[in-house]
Order: sequence, then C-alpha cells, then structure tokens
Amino acid sequence: MSGFIGSGADWDFDALRRAHDHCADIAFGELKLDIYPTQIEVITSEQMLDAYSSIRMPLMYRHWSFGKHFARDEAYYRHGLRSLAYEIVINSNPCLCYVMEENTLAMQTLVIAHAGFGHNHFFKNNNLFTQWTDAGSILDYMEFAKKYIAQCEDKYGEPAVERVLDAAHALMTHGVSRYPRRRAPDLHDEEARAVERRAEAERTFNDLWRTVPGRAAGANLPTVEAERKKRLGLPEENLLYFFEKKAPLLKPWQREILRIVRHVAQYFYPQKQTKVMNEGCATFTHYHIINRLHEQGHLSDGAMMELLASHTSVVFQPDFDDPRYSGMNPYAVGFGMMQDIVRICEAPTAEDRDWFPEIAGSGDGLAVLRDAWAGYRDESFIRQFLSPALIRKMKLFSVFDDGGPELVVKAIHNERGYRAVRAAMADMFDVVQHEPEIEIVDVDLIGDRCLMLQHRVHNGVMLEETETAMVMQHCADLWGYEVKLLETDATSDAVLKRHAASPRRS
Amino acid sequence: MNIVDRRLNPRGKSLANRQRFIRRARSQIMDAVRRASAKQGIADLGSGEKVGIASDGLREPQLRHAGSGGKRIYLTPGNKEFVEGDLIPRPPSGAGGRGSQASAGVEGQDSFQFVLTREEFLDLFLEDLELPDMLRKQLRLTDTFKMVRAGYSVSGVHTNLALVRTMRNSLARRMALKRPSNAELAAREAEIARLLEEWGENGDNPGEDPDEPVSDEHGRLIEELRHQRHRRSRIPFVDPVDVRYNRFRPEPQPAASAVMFCLMDVSGSMTEHMKDLAKRFFKLLYVFLTRRYRHVEIVFIRHTHLAREVDEETFFRSPESGGTIVSTAFEEMQRVLAERFPPDSWNVYAAQASDGDNMPADNARTSALLQRVILPACQYFAYLEVGAEHREQTTSTELWRAYRAIAQAGFPIAMRKVNHRSQIYPVFRDLFARERATREAEVSS
Repeated sequence: MSGFIGSGADWDFDALRRAHDHCADIAFGELKLDIYPTQIEVITSEQMLDAYSSIRMPLMYRHWSFGKHFARDEAYYRHGLRSLAYEIVINSNPCLCYVMEENTLAMQTLVIAHAGFGHNHFFKNNNLFTQWTDAGSILDYMEFAKKYIAQCEDKYGEPAVERVLDAAHALMTHGVSRYPRRRAPDLHDEEARAVERRAEAERTFNDLWRTVPGRAAGANLPTVEAERKKRLGLPEENLLYFFEKKAPLLKPWQREILRIVRHVAQYFYPQKQTKVMNEGCATFTHYHIINRLHEQGHLSDGAMMELLASHTSVVFQPDFDDPRYSGMNPYAVGFGMMQDIVRICEAPTAEDRDWFPEIAGSGDGLAVLRDAWAGYRDESFIRQFLSPALIRKMKLFSVFDDGGPELVVKAIHNERGYRAVRAAMADMFDVVQHEPEIEIVDVDLIGDRCLMLQHRVHNGVMLEETETAMVMQHCADLWGYEVKLLETDATSDAVLKRHAASPRRS
Repeated sequence: MNIVDRRLNPRGKSLANRQRFIRRARSQIMDAVRRASAKQGIADLGSGEKVGIASDGLREPQLRHAGSGGKRIYLTPGNKEFVEGDLIPRPPSGAGGRGSQASAGVEGQDSFQFVLTREEFLDLFLEDLELPDMLRKQLRLTDTFKMVRAGYSVSGVHTNLALVRTMRNSLARRMALKRPSNAELAAREAEIARLLEEWGENGDNPGEDPDEPVSDEHGRLIEELRHQRHRRSRIPFVDPVDVRYNRFRPEPQPAASAVMFCLMDVSGSMTEHMKDLAKRFFKLLYVFLTRRYRHVEIVFIRHTHLAREVDEETFFRSPESGGTIVSTAFEEMQRVLAERFPPDSWNVYAAQASDGDNMPADNARTSALLQRVILPACQYFAYLEVGAEHREQTTSTELWRAYRAIAQAGFPIAMRKVNHRSQIYPVFRDLFARERATREAEVSS
C-alpha cells in the first residue's frame, strides 16, 4: 500500500477515492466487514438541510411539517446555534452516504469510515434491518410514494391530502408491526392441519380421558364478542394498519396514503431500536480505521489531531449535573461498550471472567462484535454486554421517582447495584417502554360503530393530555365515527381516564 | 464505490414544503407580519423579514407519555457522592432527574423564528388589498397581449408558411444556380426530335438505341440534355433554405389605464411627526401599487402655498416649508389630468394627506374644485388627516368639515384620521381592503 491520503481543507474526487480505498483495505482486511456497495454523494449545506427536514430521506413526499422543520433548522443553523451533521447515510442498496462539501479531506476520510463502512455494515447485517426493511427497494418505493401523493394532491386538492397525512403522521409511532402478521390459513392448510390433528389424536389415544368430567356443552363456543374481534383482527396494535384495512368511510387513495406512511414508519422502526448499536458500530469502525491509517502513515499527525478532536466531541458524555447534559449519548454508550467488549475478549480481569464467561479471554473481540452487531438491538445488547467496568467508568446510577418531593437513589455503580443499573439502562433504550402501549380493542358494530382503544398504563405513567386529544381527533376523522380511548391500569384493570372524540364533518 | 457530485442539483427542493408550511401557519404569520410592520420603518419595508411565530396549530401531535407523573426510574451518568438510598430533593426542572425521554418530549412546542423572503412578506403584507372599482373596468385588460406580425422567420409551424416569400426565395435561388427550366428542356428535346426526324427523312435507319448518337450534333444535344436533367435533379425547386414563415410576436396592449395621484401637504404647519405619518402612508401606497399593478401610473404632487409635480425621490425625501393653499394641489392635478390622463380612458385615483389646515380664504375654492373637477374625474378619493401624536383632536379641522359635507352629498370620498404610526397600516388596509372595495362597487353600480 502506498500513498498519503493528504491533508488540508481542499480535496478532490481522486483524493476521496484514495481515502475510500485505504479505508476499504482496513475494513475488509482487518475488521472483515460485509457491506452494500457504497455511493458517496457530495452535497452542499443547503442540501443537507433539505435532507434533514425530510426525515433524512433523499426522496420524500410533500408536507408542511417538513417545511416547518426546514425553517427551524435553517434558523438554528444561520444563527450558529447548531451545526450540521457531517454526513447522512441511507439504509439502501447501494448505500447512499451524503458528505458535505465543506468537510476537510481528513473529515471526509472519517465520514467514509463512519458511514460508508460502519453504518453500512450494520444496515446489511443487523437482523432487525434484514428482517424488517428492504434496502434494495426503499428508494424506488419513496419515488412511487412521492409521485402518488403529488397525483392525489392534483386530483383531490392539497387540503384533503394534507388532512390524511396529518392524521397518518400523528399515528406514525403506532403504525408499526412488531411481529410478522399471521397469514390467513387457506383450505389446503386447514386440511393438512386437520389430518395432522387426527393423526396426533390417534397416536396419543387414551381411553382414560373419556372418564374425566368435561366442560358443559357449548362452553367453548366462541362468544359473539370474541367472534367479532377475531373477524376484525382485534386487538390490533398497529393503528395505521387497522384504519387502512378496516375504516369504513375511507376512499381507496386515502388508504394508500396511510399505507405509505405506515411503510415509512416501519422502515425507520429498526433505526429507533438500534441507536446505540448503530452509532456504536459506526464510531467503533471509524476509530479503528483512522488509527490504523495513522499508524500506516496515510494520515498526517495534524489530520489525526483534527479527527481525534471531532471523535472526542462525538463520544463526549456530560455528567448529569453538567449544564450540557441532555440524557445519555448513544454514541458514548455504544462506543464505550464496544471498546469494552474488545477489552474483555483480549485482556479480561477476574470480574470479566465471572460476568462474561463465554467471551472473556476469547481473544477475538472483533468476531464477538460482529455477532453482536448482527444479532442484537439496543435493549438486548445492553442487557447482555454492559459490564461492571464500564458502569464504574461512567459512574452510572439510577434514581427512582414516584412523584414525591424527593427522588431516591436506587442503585449505584457498586457490587449491589450493577444488575439494577444494567436493567435500568436497558429499559431506557427500549423503545417499547417509551411508547405508550395502545391497542384497538373493540368496535361496536351493531350500535353506533364506536371504536374502542385501550392504553395499558404501566407504573401510573399516563398519556400527555393535549396531544392525545389531538391524536384522538385524527383517529375519529379517519374512522368516521366516534372513537374512545380508555386508559386502564395494567395490573388492576381499573379505568383511570377516558378520552373521546367525534369526527369533524367537512 | 461511486462518487456522485450532487452539488449542482437544482436548489430549493424544499420550496413546496415551505409554501405548504406558510399556508398552514398563515394566520399566525399574518399577525407577526403586521406586528413587524408597526415596529419598523416603512422605508426598509420588504427587505426580508424575520418573524417569530408560536407553533400552536403547527403541532405534530403523537401518542406519548406525559412528561411527569407515575413511577419512573431514571438512569444518569457521573455520580459523584450518592450512595444507594440517598434522597435527592427534586430538581426544579432540567438537570438531574430528567431522563432522555423528557427532553425528547417537549420538542416542537416552543415558538420559533424564521425569515420570510421579501416576496413572501409583501404578499402577505398586501394580501386582500386592491384599488376599488378597478377590477370591473380595466384590470381585465392590463395583462392581455395581442399577436402582431413581426416580419418573417426561418422556423415556424406550417400554418404560418409565408408562401409568397418562400417562392420568391426559391425563384432567386433557381435563377442564381441556373436551374434549367421546363421550357429549356422542352426546347432541347424538340431539337433532338427534329434531328432524328431529319435523319429519318434522309432515309437512314435509326439505330436500335434512340440514345445512340447518330451524328456529332445529335451527340452534343443528348449530352447537354443529360447534363441539364442531372442539374435539375440536383437543384430542388423549393429548398428548405427558401422556406419562410410569418412571424408573430405578442404585443402588450396599452393597458396602463389607472393613475394614482398622491397629494401631500408639506407646509410649515405640518410637524415632523405629521410628515412622517403622511410619508409612511404614501410609501405604503407606493409599495402596494408598484407591487400589485404593473401598469399603474403614479403622480406625486406636493404643495405648500404652491403645488408642484415632483418625482418619487423628491416627494419622499426633500424638505420644504411655506403656507398652505390646498386648492393649488387640485389645480396642479387638474393640469396633469388634462395634459396626460383624460378621464374617459383612465381610471383616476387620488390620495391626499394633510393636517387639515388650509388658508381660510381658500376653503371655498378648494371645495368647489374638489366637487366639480376632481371628484367627477376620480374613481376613488382617499383623504388622510394626520394629527399630533398625543393630542386627541376635539374639533374638526377646516378641511375635514368641508370634505365631510361633500361626502355626505354622496361623492366617492373616504376619510380617515391618523395620530400614531401604528394606525397607518390598519387605516391603509381599511381604505383599500378588497371586501370593502367590492361592496362599495356594488352599492355604486
């Protein structure tokens, strides 16, 4: 290998390519990453703002909320309150990496290592992404979505389309399926199953069962209610899906728009669940690559200093009493844990051997990391791999708040607290715990077609009131009839609060 | 790996989203625009405007947990002194117990500032304003074009083919290139036929091949004929270079059929404050007219005891003082009207700003001029009386009384008083609001 990548603020496409090739040598040779082909796109800061505001998709349908985000991001940016990201990376095949033209060559190298190899590997290998997103077709789908919605605007008017999109966006957090939907059995399946059941019954026949007193005849016939729920596929946690399929008054184009928003929500759901891992993977990768590049003499000392400065600011975790503190930094957690895993594999202490007998001292930290990148999401990754050493290093502690005047320190970074802290941290990054558990439970088909929703309240954490009222209004508009939401306590089933909304006639 | 340079992609990808956003936030932005206009000088009106709006109604609601209540566990880094079981007094807000969730939860509810472009600002600022009565009469014409002949062009559609011009070019070219005509060919053929005939009469049998030269003369003729035929096939009758089309170009119709007279009193009795008010009013009027109507003429007349038509710069900037004779302004206006704007082909509008003082001897003349000459020529006459900032006017001024009498007699004259600069914009809107204009138009028709 030869060639100095270069330094300074100026770069050209040859230098970019050279930087990429050097990164690739290390990424494939040492880290053994497996990536989609990369497409690096050079953009201006304005285009970066554009991409920001349209939820980081290169193609997006039109909606006022994106204009709002753009106006705000632009104002922040102009006032210097916020700087722009150095890159944006899209989970697609080929993997699109947007890099800003203002970046220095050293910065571009970092960005290519971070996004083009780190994120890219994660997208291609993590099972949440491979199961739930289709990187090959997302751009085509968005192209279709954009066109379709533009056509709807032409045909039915912008206000009508906007109403549907507003409603759909309000339900986006609850437009995600967490489990694969069961396929409706067809006749062939039913028959096969009947045969199998009979064979099983014959194999396990025992006359003794006849003597056991049975249930009263008809007791296990489904009730009217159960039958109705089964027909409607209730309970259903994917609200957008339910409205798309079952809302009686929607027009086909409205259903299609709900479907589009639902697909977008589903596409982004894995990213929400893997912030720590995704950023950790990318940060770990770029850190490894730039260090190797520096050792091999491809990066000058000056460039290395620049990169280290920006690397440190990315993984900086302020303490809770620091004015800069705004929650846990996923970069810091992810990078810290991954470095820690490598340490455990290569230089374990006695404590590590107790806590991680399977991997401690295995010697190949990168292999363990690749497995983790493929198989885990934030919550399970933390529950599995957060080590006492890191808990001590970050001085993590958990605080219990029951609404009283004082908070109680529940667990700290000591022998008694490690497991509690680890569990609290895992819960904190568990998307499921942060999003209210809401299901559609019933529809009054015979009466006034009122739709019933239920929020199962855990630990007394209720819904935010004003916004819930607005979302309920959107639900009612989509459903076309009255909608009720009950907040019931998960343990006692007591109804804590009721919300209701009737559709607006327009 | 591919590298793609996207920097040259078309800009303004988010423009459509921005338009939707502005439409959505319209009422709030309108309020902000009006507040901004009261605050700052009209002179810099329309350089991009920063407006802050509350994001009520621009909320993007979601089903989410409330920020407080219930039992929660927070996890934070950087423990310094706490041990298990310590009690911490609840922090006021912000630091300490707040988890990442709370900070994510409040996003989007605070108000935020953004910058409107000059275009967007003026569009909103001048929305719903128009010159009364203009629409029905003349505005229809202001943007029409008529296609007029404009010579010939070498490209066009077939229906516009200029046949005569094309054929003339063709003829010239054929002559220049010596294309053999039908007559020439016919003569040559006839000559050959004659030769053959002579040959036949002489008793010699013609050969099997009619083209076989039977004599030198015959051979020469045949050769010439072949040459001419060849030339004819090479030089077309009508070549694409000959073709001409009639060219038409759109001619804007002379439609500048509205004129606005701005009459301003700049006499000594007008204090700086009053002049400022009057100028603000006219500046607003000026911005409104130049922006909304492409073809509206504006005439600036200012007066003391003498009136003079001036240009825009002088009207707004240069100082003057003297006594007040309002009728001079009307005389000047009458002169300009007679000279350049005959009322039968022009919509005439006038706006007058004054402190209401006039030389007592001039009042009768002013009223008479207004009633007999100015108002009959005008579509709409707006009178703005500017007053001192802090003094409520108790008695009406001379002019106000005189004008009110005229207005009561049913002439189209609108009168408003202004004491403070914040009243300028509302009064202006009031005078030129679209609904009002159409309503009055209906009444008067």
